[in-house]
Amino acid sequence: MTEPQDPFSYPPIDPVNFDLIIVGTALSESVIAAAASAVGKTILHLDPNSFYGSHFASLSLHDLTSYLTSPHSLPSAATAAASSDSDDIVVVDLVHQPLCTDAETATYDESAFLSENSRKFNIDLGGPRALFCADKTIDLLMKSGAAQYLEFKGIDESFVYEANAGLANVPDSRGAIFRDKKLSLKEKNQLMRFFKLVQQHLDDTQEEKIPKEDLEIPFVSFLEKMKLPPKIKSILLYAIAMLDYDQDNNEVCEELLKTKDGIDCLAQYSSSVGRFPNAPGALLYPIYGEGELPQAFCRRAAVKGCIYVLRMPVVSLLMDKVTGSYKGVRLASGQDLYSHQLILDPSFTIPSPLSLSLGDFPSERLQMLSQRDIKGMVARGICITRSSIKPDVSSCSVVYPPRSLYPEQVTSIKALQIGSNLAVCPAGTFILYLSTLCNDADEGKKLLKAAMNALLTLPVSGNSESIPSVQSDSEDIKPIVLWSAFYIQKLIMSKFEFISSTPTPDGNLNYNALLDATEKLFNQMYPNEEFFPKATSPEDPTDEDDNGLTLDS
Amino acid sequence: MHGRPRKALKQEDEAASAAKTEKLRSVQAQFLANHHNHIYSKEALDLSAKLLEVNPECYTAWNYRKLAVQHFLSNSDSDPHSIFDDELKLVENALRKNFKSYGAWHHRKWVLNKGHSSIDNEMRLLNGFQKMDPRNFHAWNYRRFVAELMKRSDEDELKYTEEVIATNFSNYSAWHNRSVLLSNLLKRKAEGYFPKEKVLEEEFEHVHNAIFTDPDDQSGWFYHLWLIQQTVKIDAPLLVSSWPSHGSNITLIGDNDLRGCGLSLLNGTLSNPGTLPIILYFNQAVEGINSSTVAIKSELLKEELIWKPLSMNNSNTAQFWVVYLNLGNFELQPSKTYSVEINIGHSKGIISSNGNHFDDPSQISCKVFVQTASSEPTEGQGGKRTTWKDTNFQKIDHFQESDSILPADQNHHIPTTSNWCTEEIGEEITKVRDLLSEYDCKIGKLTLARLLSALDSLSFQYDGRKSNTEEVLQLYTDLMKLDPTHYLYYKDEHSLISLKRITSTRDSLLPYCHYYKDATETITGYVCLRLRNLSLSRMGSIENLLWVQMLDLSHNELQSVEGLEAMQLLSCLNLSHNKFGSFTALEPVRLLKSLKVLNISYNELGSHSIDTTRYLCSSPVSHAEEFAWDRFELLTDSINATKFWEAFLIFGSLTLTELNITGNAVADENFRSFLVKVLPTLKWLDDEELS
Repeated sequence: MTEPQDPFSYPPIDPVNFDLIIVGTALSESVIAAAASAVGKTILHLDPNSFYGSHFASLSLHDLTSYLTSPHSLPSAATAAASSDSDDIVVVDLVHQPLCTDAETATYDESAFLSENSRKFNIDLGGPRALFCADKTIDLLMKSGAAQYLEFKGIDESFVYEANAGLANVPDSRGAIFRDKKLSLKEKNQLMRFFKLVQQHLDDTQEEKIPKEDLEIPFVSFLEKMKLPPKIKSILLYAIAMLDYDQDNNEVCEELLKTKDGIDCLAQYSSSVGRFPNAPGALLYPIYGEGELPQAFCRRAAVKGCIYVLRMPVVSLLMDKVTGSYKGVRLASGQDLYSHQLILDPSFTIPSPLSLSLGDFPSERLQMLSQRDIKGMVARGICITRSSIKPDVSSCSVVYPPRSLYPEQVTSIKALQIGSNLAVCPAGTFILYLSTLCNDADEGKKLLKAAMNALLTLPVSGNSESIPSVQSDSEDIKPIVLWSAFYIQKLIMSKFEFISSTPTPDGNLNYNALLDATEKLFNQMYPNEEFFPKATSPEDPTDEDDNGLTLDS
Repeated sequence: MHGRPRKALKQEDEAASAAKTEKLRSVQAQFLANHHNHIYSKEALDLSAKLLEVNPECYTAWNYRKLAVQHFLSNSDSDPHSIFDDELKLVENALRKNFKSYGAWHHRKWVLNKGHSSIDNEMRLLNGFQKMDPRNFHAWNYRRFVAELMKRSDEDELKYTEEVIATNFSNYSAWHNRSVLLSNLLKRKAEGYFPKEKVLEEEFEHVHNAIFTDPDDQSGWFYHLWLIQQTVKIDAPLLVSSWPSHGSNITLIGDNDLRGCGLSLLNGTLSNPGTLPIILYFNQAVEGINSSTVAIKSELLKEELIWKPLSMNNSNTAQFWVVYLNLGNFELQPSKTYSVEINIGHSKGIISSNGNHFDDPSQISCKVFVQTASSEPTEGQGGKRTTWKDTNFQKIDHFQESDSILPADQNHHIPTTSNWCTEEIGEEITKVRDLLSEYDCKIGKLTLARLLSALDSLSFQYDGRKSNTEEVLQLYTDLMKLDPTHYLYYKDEHSLISLKRITSTRDSLLPYCHYYKDATETITGYVCLRLRNLSLSRMGSIENLLWVQMLDLSHNELQSVEGLEAMQLLSCLNLSHNKFGSFTALEPVRLLKSLKVLNISYNELGSHSIDTTRYLCSSPVSHAEEFAWDRFELLTDSINATKFWEAFLIFGSLTLTELNITGNAVADENFRSFLVKVLPTLKWLDDEELS
């Protein structure tokens, strides 16, 4: 669709040789850029988009709609003829495959308002997403220095959805158990004793531990052994440990959690509650949206000398004709750049080598490049509403345990509501993010729509500016959806080769798994380098206090 | 911090600490010089401020500031506002250093009391400090002071405690503050806080969340206990027992020889009485017992009556009151019956120590029968030594009279308890049982024991109701094993419940009653209550024992006999083989005018160098008591004065004929000779007849 652009509109990039070229500014790529810069590597960081963050970006309403419904293809390279004449280089064109598919958007009400305020939205592409106060991400932000570019606010409340009962508070601390109005007195006692047991197990000074054989059994079996009632089991497994699959259903459970891992999940959650005095719960959210995270790491890398170019697609790989090894990339401007290593955004791939007429080029290497490790899908939903799902609560997280919406529901659904006090939407509006793992696009969307309908309602008169009448049949007035979007993202794992690729956003609420994969990739690329060494370089004379995390009250 | 090992200081830290100490010492020396010389210059004040900001615990410096303020105020040019403002700033700085500093909080209160300072910022300051240390009871005390000063309503303060408790329900001080506020609101029947039943129910629900969430956290339990007390407490003073009891018959024997008298025992038989006591036993300490509030009509009454409180602390308030009808001046006619009528509370004036009036007018009627004197007077035969062996006692199979051994009008004196109290306590019992079924915790068991006892006391009048005594005793037995640290407390409670069980009904008391037989195998007129070998550690249920004249408490674990002073008929008392560690522990015995025979052999008198009774018992020997120093000095030489003065105080007012102190460390020859002097009426000492 895009006309071939005049080559002179792209300024040339100088120098042309780098230690590392990174394509895409998603979180993993940005973290590696910052980490590699910190150890002195020369890096070129490119992104075909006009914004930072790739599929971790936070976009205006209009940009989000465009991104979801009409992803742009790569333009063909200009003045390719001169380079292809070289006898020692083979040019392999890249193919861009969008990560978000099956997208559908709908505007139900107040379309004029939404259009006028499009730029006041910062909508996460990879939501729902948040950080735990005791997250590895927090440590990474502090260690890398990226924290100085960010501000966070605590998520006000945590809820779990209960069939026929609606939202219930997640009693995640001693005080929360005391205050809870829905747990019976016995349930309070049982839950607190369980928390104490876990605490005692984690305490190094304590003799009494959970027996070794118990640590190896499924966590759900351990909870049953503790004689915890189903309601508490559900809270622990899905609202606190944040598991995705129905642990009680062996047929469909793709990931049965062991007790020791369950204990670790509870440990992180409980150490998150109360870690920061200004955060009321376990979760933090960056002001202006999750797109601020990759951007913070990019700024950190830039401070260390990394070169950034946006709106610069990479159209081809440059390979050695004889050895088949990576040499460089060709930009949309026609310029050829060379580096020792390359990291590609997971949306970039190459066609099957069978379709290429490469002559005697060793095509086995390309064969590996064209294969991608897909491990399922994440269905995501975004809703814009005029009121909160819980009165007087601006931001909150919600978990729908398996079978809480309908009997065949085999996965948890995660939801996160963010209000305007976090600068992600106009005053008086709220954004509700939803996500769930699925194997099928229709299945995923069905789940998300069921979750949406449980909490929200559509306006009675579609596309009307009038105020819809309040539903009298329900005790709680459900918020009205103004706009919604549903889409599917593939789950692609990271891969280390002479050309590496980073993982796509996963279905988790936090970033731990992503950052683990990212750090692993960094260590594979640079086995002799430390991941964000702690020594402060002369270029960065800030002291420890100034580097602390900023948390608004 | 608890549980954290102390780290050795590094070399440079040690040097810095030493330098700091030296500097502080210098500042302190300068300050003391200024204080001593009454120097109140700006430099002197700045120095004291510096000292207090480093060490807010320095009371002397706070006192110096007070003197300085007074000095400046006496200057007519001074501006009180700025003077006190400086004090408030200093206090705030000191509290930032140590917000637990009593001196700083007290100084702030002193400044506020002067009336020159604005109180607008006090709540903001308090909220800040209470956020740093939510349990700081100095801050909570100060908060009550400020709330009163600024006329902040109890309702608003109650809401604040609710918020603080919601944040952390381990906050003892917040719960305590809540109880203070609720007391005020309930007392004045504030809107929304009347009737108190509704309020207490809501408060019980509130605290249930705490005790169920974390049963090992005792802060909620203390508040729960306070709620129980509010539920069961009876504000008005009540007469729970008396002697003579209503409808009883008293037989007077004219001489010492009880031979041949009938077995009309439990209505009371007095031998050779010069006086007839009337004993009133209330549920709490009261005052205002006099001839107008307690009117006695009887032919035996010939003179003005003087009611005496049976009190250890020489006060006009007591739980037990006694008056003696003097029979010495009266010509008793043989075979005649005299009536005695006692009207209690028909005139206002009986008030409890917390200001409640006795409002249950009642009447006690009894008859006094004069037995015909023996036709065979046997002079010189009386005065046989009392022995306490098993062979001297004969079990009583049944009482010949149909009259109750207990006060017949016992039920009359306990008002009908509202059904709400019984139901509420019953519900709490259910809740605590639910908790104990989930989690076995000590304080839950203790609370259950307390609730069951409270329920029993509320339900006394329902004869058909099954008592919880067995379960309560078992709970305390369990607690003695579970919680050895508080073993003595549980043992005392177990003891009190045991005595309540023994004395609760005529049938339960019968196995412990025996006829006393003297050396000639003749049954005397005495009925002895033998409560020996019961592991008793504390006396209780005295209200059911006012009639007893002979009491055997030997072979128990008693350390004191609190409450025994109400047993004004007691003539023979055996406390042998117990754990009395000091004469002070025997103080209630001092008030027993009828006591003739006392056995305290094989105790620990003189074994302990420290007299713990002064701390354990509620009525320690009061130095305000009149002390007959003159007589004391005559009886002792100066060397032994300090050693024997407590024994003198105890025995000096008694007219014992028999005393046994064998087996006590104090019982040496000097002490024996001392006792012979103190007790001129003594005939037997340590089972030896005195010549």
